[in-house]
Formats: sequence, structure tokens, C-alpha cells
Amino acid sequence: MTAKLFAPREWHLALPLAIFLHLFYVAPLAVLLASSFQPAPDAPSFTLAQYWQFFQDSVNRKVLLDTFWLGVQVTLACLLFGYPVAYIYANVPAKWKGILTFLILLPLLTSSVVRTFGWVVILGRQGLINSLLQGIGLTEEPIRLLFTHQGVAIAMTQIQLPLMILPIVASLAQIDPRLAAASASLGGGAWRTFWKITFPLTLPGIISGCLLVFAITVSSFVTPSIIGGGQIMYMPTLIYQQGVVLLNRSFAATISAILLVMVLIVVFGLSNLGQKSRDYIR
Amino acid sequence: MSNPTTIRASTRQFDKLDRLSFGWVMWSIAIFSLFVLTLPTLIVLISSFSSAQTLRFPPTGFSLQWYLALFNYPELWSAAVTSFQAALWTTLICIVLGVCASLAMAGSRARWVAAMDALVMSPLALPGIAVGLGILTYFSLLGIRLSLITLVISHVVICIPYLIRTTLASLIQLGTSLREASTVLGASPVYTFFHVTLPLIKQGVITGAFMAFLTSFDNITVSLFLSDARTEVLPIRMWSMIENDLDVRAAAISGILIAITAVLMILMERVSGLSKFLVKS
Repeated sequence: MTAKLFAPREWHLALPLAIFLHLFYVAPLAVLLASSFQPAPDAPSFTLAQYWQFFQDSVNRKVLLDTFWLGVQVTLACLLFGYPVAYIYANVPAKWKGILTFLILLPLLTSSVVRTFGWVVILGRQGLINSLLQGIGLTEEPIRLLFTHQGVAIAMTQIQLPLMILPIVASLAQIDPRLAAASASLGGGAWRTFWKITFPLTLPGIISGCLLVFAITVSSFVTPSIIGGGQIMYMPTLIYQQGVVLLNRSFAATISAILLVMVLIVVFGLSNLGQKSRDYIR
Repeated sequence: MSNPTTIRASTRQFDKLDRLSFGWVMWSIAIFSLFVLTLPTLIVLISSFSSAQTLRFPPTGFSLQWYLALFNYPELWSAAVTSFQAALWTTLICIVLGVCASLAMAGSRARWVAAMDALVMSPLALPGIAVGLGILTYFSLLGIRLSLITLVISHVVICIPYLIRTTLASLIQLGTSLREASTVLGASPVYTFFHVTLPLIKQGVITGAFMAFLTSFDNITVSLFLSDARTEVLPIRMWSMIENDLDVRAAAISGILIAITAVLMILMERVSGLSKFLVKS
């Protein structure tokens, strides 16, 4: 029996990880959900009071909407700016690919605090954009870019961009190059070939990119809290504030549950679409 | 009234315009995106050599003063050491648990594999802050005190997807024939694993381990809940440096981190073809 331990078909090789994840991931999430329904140990074991409290407050509703809106904006911007990068990557000669790979991966792999710090320097009162604008003489006073929703959206777009580019590159690589040639020989122009052939065939990549970007944007904490600077509140910042600063852990659990549900709805919706687009391609 | 030649000429012209405009739009957006993608990293690097006392861009002069200032900052070094320890333990545990699970998952088509896959990958999509809060609530319910161990446990949960993804990709590409050949020739499964399977999936494991290490080293959202004053990690220290008073020393640490990441990336590309896994998976 022990000799067979490393045989690849033994399902019990997956057991250690399965047990680990159930102990330290599934159980904690279950505890979190349970505590969101039970504000205090002496309270009734199941109550929706905290959810009611969350949705009654217009400030909280605004935070939820802002977070969702940020996710949508960043996802669309990443798609608009990321697709051409992926397209160019797939069509350049191999010797250029190394440089492009480096340019795409370096921002993905550098620390998120470092990337956010870069944006603080760019958007700040004495930062790059304000120096430029004042240098040209467009504005007298520095314009306010930090601590605004737009500032957060711009920085988040740059930070999430690689996560959109990579799945689209993978999907473009699977397209048969003869299809584009066929389209061209049948008289299809460049735009027509793109919209009718290339774009639909990369839908699975686009959808998995959107899924990643949306889920990570609405859950991210560092960039919104530094660029938003406490004035602009999103769900993760609200969770942190309630859970760590105000020590109101069970209400933080409720907010987490609401954020979780939002992410899950979008993820399930998108991955259903992805499944459909994959069936369509075959 | 137009004869066929002029029609052909005008369509040819239209074709050219169509092709040119398409290429122009794609290239200009791509170049703009690549520029924006690299900009923050460049800006941080440049401002880390600033001679000014406050953070302004472009800097008025250049010096190494902020790098030198790091030497008199013991809290920073202890945070860096904690981060490094946590990332190292996380990576080791991820490798052991992840390679075992990948072996089982790649060799089976049973229904549990899909469930296991969803379970292992879900931390990628779920809000880290909820995961962190959940694990903290769970540990305090069980009466477990925060330490390096609780930090590592929580990091394993969020880093395991990277290792599984690249290792599984390697195993699936490898197929079963070589492993079967080894077994048929009389090698024990353990011997087959260490002398056939592991050397062949090495690249996937190394890439996954690299991603897991970086993810753990950079994590804030989960670490915020799972570390206490004694186990402060580097990104949290940097976060508070930037958030409170825009300490320029943060630029110097950032400069060092960028340099390390770039060197590691080039090294990984040589050793394991990092981009092969990231671009394909």
C-alpha cells in the first residue's frame, strides 16, 4: 500500500490538500457566513438584522454601487486597452515577443504597493500630470486627481491590464491563421475580418479576462485605500474599517457576505457565457 | 458610367484604407497601453533617486540619500525578514501539497476532480479581505493566537491556485505514457516519481512556486488580519508609510523591489520559460 503512494491514479494523494483547504478555507468561510447572520453570541441564531441594517443606510448602498461601478469601468477599460496589446503580441515576430512579454509581466509581478505608489507620484498635487499641465500653462492650480473615483479607476486599470491581456493572448494563439487568410481571399476587409472572425473566436479569452479583472478589482484593498485616501469608500475598505478599526467583526462579516454574493453572481454569469461561447466555437 | 477598371481601383484603394486604419488603431492603442503599463514603474525608479526632501515629479536633482536612509530603519528590515520567511514557508508547503494533489488530479477523470479544481481555484476569484476576515474569526473562535504559523496557513490558501495551475498544465502536457513505461519496466511508483515525473514537470513546479512566492511576499489583504505587531510584513509597513505621510524612503524600497523582481523574472525566463506558462494558462 505504501509502495503505491506515488502512483498517479491514487485519489488519496489529493487528500492532504483537500483536508487543508476544508480546515483553513471552507470552514472559516462557513464561520464567516454564520456570524453574518448572528450579530452577537446571545442573539437569536438566525437573523437578517445586519443585512437589513446594511441596506437601510444610504451610505452603504452607495458604497456597494460605487464598488460595482468601479468593477465595470475597470473591466471595460482593460478590455479596450488590453485587446490591442494582445493582438499586436500575437502578430509580431518572435524576437519582439520577449520584450513585449517583459513589458506586460513586469507590472503584474511587481508589488501592488509599488505600483500604487507610482500612481501617487503621477496623480499627486506635485506629480507628473500636474507638473505637465502647469508647465504647458493649461492650469494655474494643481487639479485634484488623487482621492477621486476617476483616479482610482485609472490606477486600477493599469494594475489589472496584464490580467486581461494574458487570457486573450492565449485565446488568439489558438486561432487557425488560415481563417484570416480565407476571409481576406473571400474579400473580407481588415475590420470585417476582425469583427466577424477574430473577435468572436477570442470570446472565451475575453470572458475569462473580464472575470478575473472584475473579481480582483472589486476585492482589491490597497490601491483604492491609498488612491481613494479614505474619502472614496469601496466595499473592501468598508470591511477593513468595520472589522479592524471599529472591531465590529460580525457586521464586517455581513459586508463580506454581500461582496461575496456580488462577485459570485458576476462570476457565474460570465462563466456561463464563457461556456456558451466555447460551445459556439466548436 | 464607371468602367470596371475604375471600380477595381477604387475598391483597391478602399482595401488599403481599411487595412491602414485597422493597423493604425490597433498599434496606437497598443503602444499607448504599453506606455501606461510601464509608466508607474519608471516613475518610481526615477523618483527613488530624488535629492528633494518631498516627493515631487520631476525631481529637482539626483542622489542616493533615500537608499542610504534605509540602513537606519530597523523596523523595515525586520518586516522584510518576516515577509521572506512567510513567503518561503508558504512556497514549500504549496509545493508539497500542490504537487501531490496535481498528480492525483491529472491522473483521474472522476467527478471529484472538477469539484477539487473549483475548490482549489476559488481563492483567486473570492475577495481576499473576506478570506482573511473569515480565517481570523475562525482562529479566534478556536482560541489560536496569531503568529507566523497562522500567517503562513492563510497565505497557503491564496497561493495554492498558482502552483496547481502550472503543475497541472505540465502534467497534462506530459501525458501518461512515460510514467507507464517506467512502471512497466519495473520501477516502483516512488522511483518513477522522483526519476521520471518530477524532472519532467520541474518547469511547471518552479514557475508555480515563483508565482506563489511573489503572491505571498506581496500580500496585504490577508496579512492585515492574520499578522500581529510581532509579525509585521513588508507590504503592510510600506502601505502605512505611503498612506500616512508619503515617506520618500518608500520609493527607495520600491526601487529595490522592482530591481529584484526584474532580475528574478529574467532568471525565471531562462530557467523555466516563465512566459510559456503565464501566457498559455
